[in-house]
Amino acid sequence: MTIDRRMFLRATSAVAVAGAASAVLAACGSGSSPSDGAAAADPSAAASAAEAGGELLVWAWDNTIEPCAQAFMEKYPNVKVTVTNVGTSADQYTSLQNAISAGKGGPDVAQIEYYALQQFSISESLADLTQFGAADYEGTFTEGPWSSVHTGEGVYGLPLDSGPMAMFYNEEVFNELGVDVPTTWEEYLDAARKIHEADPSKYIANDTGDAGSTLSGLWQAGAQPYAVDGTDVTIDFSGAEAEKYSELQTTLIKEGLLAPISGWTDEWFQALGDGTIATLITGAWMPGNFTSSVPNASGKWRVAAQPRWDADTPACAENGGSSLAVMAASDKQALAYSFVEFCSAQDGIQIRIDGGAFPSTTAELDSAEFLGKEFEYFGGQKANEVLSQAAKDVLPGWTYLPFQVYANSIFNDHVGKAYTSNGSTTIAEGLAAWQEACITYGNQQGFTVS
Amino acid sequence: MSKKTANAAVAHRGYNVENPRKSWLLTLVMGLMLIYTYLPLLWLFISSTKTQGDLFSTFGLWFGHDFALWDNIRETLTYNDGQFVRWFLNTLMYVVLGAGGSVLLSVLAGYGLAKFDFPGKNAVFAIVIGAVAVPGTALAVPTFLMFAKLGLTNTPWSVIIPSLISPFGLYLMWQFTRDAVPTELLEAARIDGASEFRTFRQVALPLLGPGIVTVALFAIVATWNNYFLPLIMLKDASWYPLTIGLNAWNAQAATAGGQAIFNLVITASLLTIIPLIAAFLSLQRFWQAGLASGGVKE
Repeated sequence: MTIDRRMFLRATSAVAVAGAASAVLAACGSGSSPSDGAAAADPSAAASAAEAGGELLVWAWDNTIEPCAQAFMEKYPNVKVTVTNVGTSADQYTSLQNAISAGKGGPDVAQIEYYALQQFSISESLADLTQFGAADYEGTFTEGPWSSVHTGEGVYGLPLDSGPMAMFYNEEVFNELGVDVPTTWEEYLDAARKIHEADPSKYIANDTGDAGSTLSGLWQAGAQPYAVDGTDVTIDFSGAEAEKYSELQTTLIKEGLLAPISGWTDEWFQALGDGTIATLITGAWMPGNFTSSVPNASGKWRVAAQPRWDADTPACAENGGSSLAVMAASDKQALAYSFVEFCSAQDGIQIRIDGGAFPSTTAELDSAEFLGKEFEYFGGQKANEVLSQAAKDVLPGWTYLPFQVYANSIFNDHVGKAYTSNGSTTIAEGLAAWQEACITYGNQQGFTVS
Repeated sequence: MSKKTANAAVAHRGYNVENPRKSWLLTLVMGLMLIYTYLPLLWLFISSTKTQGDLFSTFGLWFGHDFALWDNIRETLTYNDGQFVRWFLNTLMYVVLGAGGSVLLSVLAGYGLAKFDFPGKNAVFAIVIGAVAVPGTALAVPTFLMFAKLGLTNTPWSVIIPSLISPFGLYLMWQFTRDAVPTELLEAARIDGASEFRTFRQVALPLLGPGIVTVALFAIVATWNNYFLPLIMLKDASWYPLTIGLNAWNAQAATAGGQAIFNLVITASLLTIIPLIAAFLSLQRFWQAGLASGGVKE
């Protein structure tokens, strides 16, 4: 590859274009029309595209997508799928946004978490999959993930996995200190005090401020701080449900009951391994991480339902979980959809479960094989029974912001103060400040936010 | 160094270069600085000798239960089909082509600007000074959009071409050439009938050694540690430099279903800085100015 004079001339003219393009960095995607121009749903288009073959570029960080791609290529020999990991979560979204702005260099298929899906669908960067018959999958997936991939009438991705929450707890620590495993938040606070009192080096949980965990906690408390209707957005963290969640968190911080350790750091893995952290309330995808990253604590951990606000009412939230989406800029949308379908709703489901993923399809969540699996890591416990029930108990009606990726990135600027000031700033105050910042940003971006 | 007896004699007459004044305070401060600088390196080395389990369970500044350095190195070099070796070679290529090219351009342009007069020279000077003030990070996104239009993103060119441009290196060479190469020498060469290029090659270049080494070291370190540019340009792991690759390994731990390989990340970081240390140590002796002093009688 050499640079000749013509290229140089093109380069200099591109400078001017780049200046203009960077000004609309956060603006809409290219919104190109689908290549086959089908207005009506045409489920056969995808299958025939896969038979015809072609090359697909997939961006995904989930390590079970590569084996799916291998199986897909075996099934359709004319297709070549390249899976690239360009970074996890926010890192990939930055790259995706860059590629959308540049109009080049993006993938055909991208893994996008539920919380970020709206951000890309509202800017018309994703293909509406109803044209390929995606709407027929209603009922195949559990309620939470299925509602997450919807925006209005459109379906902008197919669910890959889900993250119904559960409480992972270190049974050894509870036994040693003679503390009962909590089933309600009241008992949880009680256990938090007992554990830390019995052994000051141990804590019930860690938290230094994490947008995903906080939102899941609010969700489980029954709060619905976000309402989205087209470009009209409402943000309100002041309800009674949000209040009780914030109060509990503030109390935990004030009394120093939370380990000041950030999630996903080496310190965190260490604390999960040596009993410093006694419980972890997170998504159902966690067992795989336990097995591979905290091997030394194998056999000590168990799974239980998330503590409840009301002992008689099961309530769960989701944490994490992603979908596969087809990019609007792709010129192979039918083929791309056939791959998405393969991973999310066909042979890929079993491949991914074998790889340790937590499914979002109702059939698998109820299958005897799945429910009966004994986890060596959890001392032979049939953990999927707990997790599958959690998936059924997810509270409906939760939505994310159409600019959630940005909102989460500024979470700690506002709510983080509560953690660093030992609770002299309360979580509620932090949320109020975050709310204001998000409203300001949303209005700047052309939404009507109140 | 003078002999001891001379030193003793000098001591009566006060201090000089041969016998500097000793200050315990300065020695102490320097000692603290030394510890401050070497502690992270020491930690890196010690941590490289630990297994993933020991990393989490033993004291950070002392060795763990097992001395796992060789296992770690072996695993680092073979993990994911030898990904690390590929990244290492990529980085080497970016340094040789990118930093090497940028040094070459800086030397040529710096010499031209220092020793020739041409219309618009002041404008060039202003632009170069302005460019020095712009951080590379600020240019990364516009550069990305430009390269996307050219269809060069996700190729090695997208890292090499921007690395070629180094306003700071150019400015440094320009100033250095002005002082280190006496114009009289060039004039003498021209009178003897040497061509312009030969004058540059045989008269100026030998005098520019220290400056070139300085610029080269800056360029090598900048390219070796370059992070943001390849981060947004490259999506294909087979073209990653070490910085991006290691970050990808580090991020693995925070991915659902991922595997934490902190011991490999740390060992790989140790292997990554060895070439930089080697470059510094081997180029240090060229790092002395003043070769041209005495070349001309003023």
